[in-house]
Amino acid sequence: MRFIRTGLSVMVLLTGGLVWSGASASGAATTDVSHFPVKVKTSMGTVTITSRPHAIVSLSATATEMLYAIGAGGQVKAVDKYSNYPTNAPITSLNGFSVSAEAIAKYKPDLVIVSYEPASFGAQMAKLKIPVIYDPAAPTLAVAYQQYLGLGEATGHVQQAVNEVQKLKSTIAGIVRSTPRVAPGTTYYWELDPTYYSVTSSTFMGQLMSLLGLKSIADAVGVNSNGGYPQLNSEFILKANPSYIFLADSKCCHASASTVASRPGWSVMSAVATRRILKLDDDIASRWGPRITILLRQVADFLKSQKG
Amino acid sequence: MLVAIAFLVVVILISTAIGPADLSLSTVVEVLLSHLPLLHLHSSVSALDQAIVWQIRLPRVVLAVLVGSMLALGGASYQGVFRNPLADPYLLGVAAGAGLGATIAIVTPSGFSEFLPLAAFLGGVVAVALTYLTGAKASGHSSGPSIILAGVAVAAIFTAIQTNIQQQHAADLQPVYSWILGSLSVATWSDVTLILPYVVLSAAILLAHRRLLDVLRLGEEEAMTLGVNPNRVRLVVVAAATMGTAAAVSVSGLIGFVGIIVPHLVRLTANASYRVVLPVSLVSGASFLVLADLCARMVDAPGEVPLGVVTAFIGGPFFIFVLRSRRSHQGVL
Repeated sequence: MRFIRTGLSVMVLLTGGLVWSGASASGAATTDVSHFPVKVKTSMGTVTITSRPHAIVSLSATATEMLYAIGAGGQVKAVDKYSNYPTNAPITSLNGFSVSAEAIAKYKPDLVIVSYEPASFGAQMAKLKIPVIYDPAAPTLAVAYQQYLGLGEATGHVQQAVNEVQKLKSTIAGIVRSTPRVAPGTTYYWELDPTYYSVTSSTFMGQLMSLLGLKSIADAVGVNSNGGYPQLNSEFILKANPSYIFLADSKCCHASASTVASRPGWSVMSAVATRRILKLDDDIASRWGPRITILLRQVADFLKSQKG
Repeated sequence: MLVAIAFLVVVILISTAIGPADLSLSTVVEVLLSHLPLLHLHSSVSALDQAIVWQIRLPRVVLAVLVGSMLALGGASYQGVFRNPLADPYLLGVAAGAGLGATIAIVTPSGFSEFLPLAAFLGGVVAVALTYLTGAKASGHSSGPSIILAGVAVAAIFTAIQTNIQQQHAADLQPVYSWILGSLSVATWSDVTLILPYVVLSAAILLAHRRLLDVLRLGEEEAMTLGVNPNRVRLVVVAAATMGTAAAVSVSGLIGFVGIIVPHLVRLTANASYRVVLPVSLVSGASFLVLADLCARMVDAPGEVPLGVVTAFIGGPFFIFVLRSRRSHQGVL
């Protein structure tokens, strides 16, 4: 109980601070230096950042995209090898999924951002007195927005983070508004890899698709099965006969409309027969950063093209 | 043997009849009959249901038969040549080698599905060849602990390389991991035709050697006085078992436990002679894996449970049960 109350008070403090710094920055695109020191709440606790960071190491491809989106790109010193967007980010051989405190320390960072945190990594970095923000995969849009605001706080780009979140919200709303409603019960099969791992409607991507009125066939396994990412049975996929097939394994595994059509038995599915198969960019489809609007628009445009 | 065959037939029928797609028995039977040659039945079943039974479910069952029988036969043969109850078809590094080959194929940008079986097959064969060469060189002959230790070392090296590659390509972790856990979820007829010749050839060679394996049980010198060259027998059996096992895992991934549990079950319930153990293991391994794959499909339907998890999870307790209840009957190897 005490934990919850502490958490709440931190949140109250933070939102108070947010309003205040937002007002003082008043839309200016410059960094607010007086903003520091600042306590940033992340999904894994509060991190204190004493001064404006100017040597950020991002080991999260999504965080890298977010940092550049809120104008903190100039403060980024190194990003990991999966941070392939934007292309001018200082990519290194660091590996966000196998982090080493020493390899990171080499860059003398004053802020490290990770989306995956192995045990004791935080303790190691604390010994080095390097603050770490841990922003794991966002389960919802709301959490993604929180991560934006947290990164804005941490880097001194509060107003830009607020603006970016506003922009995302209005873009998403605009896409949803301009897309004709699909017929109730319109389903999709989202392919994560060629062994039929998929997403349910409860996942981040599933929620985005729900905004367009689409329902995942994987929900039949239970929306929280395997964390929302169950492996589906191929005869079930055929029987479910989804209205659309979305391929989030086009880069990794070269999935395409023709490879799907050539799978034994799959050609009888109506989505295959009517070519309602959409190739997605694996990277965009696995990140919760600024490019989610590109993904959403791609799917929305595809739905429109199929209707017209 | 007849019991084992009858059981396999029943298991195959059940497994073909049941699936997450919830088709009626008559639909399944109609689809099967319509594919029988000479009969030329025109079935009224929808194209979708036809595809489900004929293109998805049946190849999966047939592949389970091939892989299961090969792993069990390979395991029994390895136990025979090394006279070691813990020997399984992966003993000499075929799994680690195949794992490395598969991982390289998965992380190589040029393609996923086309080269995976070939890479896994080659990896497995290379690993065992290395083991055999180093192990036999160390001791001068091909039995005993040195070759098993060489297998442990080779497997460790290959696994280390494989793990390192996997860590460097975290984006491909999911497909690598699925493959290592073993699965028949993407089985097709082309997988069946791909491994069928290797499995048949390997099984034929191993079955032909079943009497010689019995001779080896008497001991090295006794075998030689009977005119059997133990080193030659071992080389042929290991080569054949490796070829078959590597082919099997190249399409199924690393399905554990079948090669250990099935031969021992056969020994415990039937007879310790290899003349019996090898053919019965072949048939029972098929039944075991078809059943396990049925569980993999149905337990969390329409989701999938990794097959390797199922084989260990149902195989382990069952094995302990049989071991405990049959302890009085002796003569394990």
